[in-house]
Amino acid sequence: MSATGTDVHHVEVRRGRYVDSVSLMQVSATVAGTPGVHKAQVAMATELNLDVLTGMGFEIPADAGPNDMVVAVSAESDDAVAAALAVMEDAVASIGRGGGSGDTFGGEPAPRTTRWAVERSGAPLAVVSVPGEHAFAEAMGALDAGSSVLVFSDNVPLEHEVLLKRTAADRGLLVMGPDCGTAIVGGVGLGFANVVRRGPVGVAAASGTGAQQFTSLLHTAGVGVSHCLGLGGRDLSEAVGGLSARAALAALDADPATEVIVVVSKPPHPAVAADLQEYAATLATPVHLVLLGAGQPTITAGVEKVLAELGVDRPAWPTWGVPDEAPRVSGALRGLFAGGTLCDESMLIAAETLGDIRSNIPLRPELALPAGLEHDGHLMIDFGDDTLTQGRPHPMIDPGLRLARLEKEAADPATSVVLLDVVLGHGAHADPAGDLAPAVAAARRTAADAGRELAVVISLCGTDADPQGLEAQAAALAAAGASVFSSNAAATRYAVALVSGGQR
Amino acid sequence: MNTLDLLDGTPSVVGTGVALFSDALRAQGVDVTDVDWTPPPAGTSAALARVLADPRRVEANRLAAERMLAAGAELVDVRLASEALDLQPGHFLHAGPPITWERASGPLRGALIGAVLFEGLASGPEEAERKLAAGTFTWEPCHHRGAVGPMAGVVSPSMWVFELTDPSSGRTSWCSLNEGLGKVLRYGAYSEEVVTRLRWMSEVLGPALQSGVRRARDRGAELDMLAIVAQMVQMGDEGHNRNRAGTLMFMRDLLPDILEAGVDPLRLAEVVRFIGGNDHFALNLVMPTCKLITSAAADIPGSTVVTVMARNGTDFGIQVSGTGQQWFTGPAQTPNGMFLGDYGPDDANPDIGDSAITETAGIGGFAMAAAPAIVRFIGGEVGDALTATRLMYQITTAENQRLGVPILDFRGTPTGIDVTKVLGSGVLPQINTGMAGRVAGVGQVGAGLVTPPMECFEGAVQALAAAAPTLG
Repeated sequence: MSATGTDVHHVEVRRGRYVDSVSLMQVSATVAGTPGVHKAQVAMATELNLDVLTGMGFEIPADAGPNDMVVAVSAESDDAVAAALAVMEDAVASIGRGGGSGDTFGGEPAPRTTRWAVERSGAPLAVVSVPGEHAFAEAMGALDAGSSVLVFSDNVPLEHEVLLKRTAADRGLLVMGPDCGTAIVGGVGLGFANVVRRGPVGVAAASGTGAQQFTSLLHTAGVGVSHCLGLGGRDLSEAVGGLSARAALAALDADPATEVIVVVSKPPHPAVAADLQEYAATLATPVHLVLLGAGQPTITAGVEKVLAELGVDRPAWPTWGVPDEAPRVSGALRGLFAGGTLCDESMLIAAETLGDIRSNIPLRPELALPAGLEHDGHLMIDFGDDTLTQGRPHPMIDPGLRLARLEKEAADPATSVVLLDVVLGHGAHADPAGDLAPAVAAARRTAADAGRELAVVISLCGTDADPQGLEAQAAALAAAGASVFSSNAAATRYAVALVSGGQR
Repeated sequence: MNTLDLLDGTPSVVGTGVALFSDALRAQGVDVTDVDWTPPPAGTSAALARVLADPRRVEANRLAAERMLAAGAELVDVRLASEALDLQPGHFLHAGPPITWERASGPLRGALIGAVLFEGLASGPEEAERKLAAGTFTWEPCHHRGAVGPMAGVVSPSMWVFELTDPSSGRTSWCSLNEGLGKVLRYGAYSEEVVTRLRWMSEVLGPALQSGVRRARDRGAELDMLAIVAQMVQMGDEGHNRNRAGTLMFMRDLLPDILEAGVDPLRLAEVVRFIGGNDHFALNLVMPTCKLITSAAADIPGSTVVTVMARNGTDFGIQVSGTGQQWFTGPAQTPNGMFLGDYGPDDANPDIGDSAITETAGIGGFAMAAAPAIVRFIGGEVGDALTATRLMYQITTAENQRLGVPILDFRGTPTGIDVTKVLGSGVLPQINTGMAGRVAGVGQVGAGLVTPPMECFEGAVQALAAAAPTLG
């Protein structure tokens, strides 16, 4: 660390000039970077720094003390020294000028965890949509910070769900989900939700599209919703035992705006359903259970029952493009769904007439479709099922997989009727008919070119207040040749009638 | 908050994950706070969930925080390490987790060589090194005896140590006397000059401090180090890389007692000049103060609070309340910072020292906002220092109201690092540190900033998960 003999050495002592050591280390680095400079050190003449300067080959006047600033430069020429000193002056002067951003007090860093965000904002609700394996940590953080949580994520381990819901129950909080696609809280739609008017009906739904169908039909009948609390599709399973259903019922029972409560669910575990019924009977607010299952009322029928209780006339559920005389077709019914509950409901209805329906979410295990989801008979596929959404957006956002399957069905001589659901509302595709209508038209052309009649039946779940525009969506789909129904049950019955009417 | 609040009025919402949902909420006029989320390290989600599900966790961490915030620290004695720490000849303490000679870094080797020479156990550096390598002597972490050591942290029997006690628990902690800057043992230097200074510290400094501290104690006026730390944080020190105010307050408080104790005036002048010439003198008092704060949180089953962060120049190690004295280690990082003279990054050894106990207790890098004079270590602007401290609140369990940061409206410093929050946020503790030369004997080459390796926190969460009770 000694200077070379040919260098010009410059050492000066500035008496009584104090600059803090960290700033001077920066100044030194800046000066040392000046062209032609080999070594530079600007430092207060403390004992340590004098050792450092000596080690670098500089000779420092003996009377330099800790309150003096030493400037030491070793450079290739006098000009380089002069340049270095100019750089040094500028660097020292800049210390007092502060930073470049002008944001002297810094910013509050963005929250890195759900927990912290809840602590800082005091929000009563967190929406978690991170990949399933990480959802527990974020949801538990929300509960730790005292908020309820809607877990949109799917592929959350069952034991995580139970732990979250037990913790929430202990703390008087609500966990919606996991795999909760839909909720309306205080008039605000969360996840996938239709725009519905506010009113007296409180909904607790272990079913996303079931809740959307229910609230949309209520709205269409002129009745509003106080809140729609999602429970997650597994809440009424034996393992979870309706933990969130109870919490939601308790909350809705205590809510002054809620006059009647409805539970909408995919087929529940019978014992859990019985328990829930027993619990519901203890509440002050009347509770209707719309639990899908063989021989049980459809969602549409559930809506009609609530309307009757409220003394509201049942409207004619709207349809678009349904011909007066249905075409006669022969072959298989193929249901391609974005909504799991709508798929369940359609299978339950269709099975009454058509018998077994194969599916990736079968009513009975032995009806499961093989891996390629192919079968030559009646089948219905839920494209929103966890196994089909891993690594890609939900079919209500990304129609790709479903459109590809529609094209395939059009080319399949066995297919006579395709049943599709289209779900509008917040979170859904901005213009589903924009993609689907041309695909429907193309599918019908493909079949016609092959000398077949392909009927396309659509269950359109939405309201006149949804951002996509219900009438425009329906009109586009009808114009493409589809028969469009606002009731999924009605759409299914129509599709079944087409197939069974033409049956061999 | 309960479910009823949720249904009462238009909610404000926190959004974590898909931005589409937050956008949809904003479009409905909802006040949304977005989380800047990153996934925890691969392979940790199951263990993290297991730990977060531990029913003991919330109460255990509340207790840990309560104890940390209640801990005090009084300087009660200055003693020979052999007595205070029961150190036998040929036995040494060092900073960080346990380490063998083969894996020891340059500065730790250098400090051990210096300590062997200081103890007269070898005639020269070569012999000292040979004996150390041959296993003639033994060493263990300072933390194993409740002590802390800055940088290499080497303590030998003939050195003197500060003895501090937490009056709320009776717990005790120790730290060596600060040697000053530059070529010093703790940075791995072991030249004659270094050993000569250590001898003077044993013969003059230690006894002088002892007589002052004992005099104060005898008149019932133990030096309250926590009070000094609280004041120094308000005076521009963060207690790790900057201890100037603390050093001066210590001298102010102790000097009358040393005078009254009758220490020879010329010797006293040497002592005062030595302490006054070393802005870091108080660090060795701040560190055991912090050790008492973090020890208060130790050994609470189910607690995820970090009680030790320490480095030996090779490994970074942490201990966590719920897993007792078990070390979780990863490779020590090389600090990012500025260099003395013409040293550069290649000269710096990976991070070393027990001084990260200051961050563990909630000061140092965690109180960066309090020390505008050193913020240039993090890139130049005061705002960055404020942001650094604010970020640390996201990984800690409590705020220490006794240590208020003026520029943050006297908000207490972020205290009690929670390993689950480190993993969940991806934010690593901010540590301010000195840099030792990579080569044994060089000494200090700079100072800067460093973070622990994430492996430490991953290991801790895995162990906490394994220790969690069966669910059900």
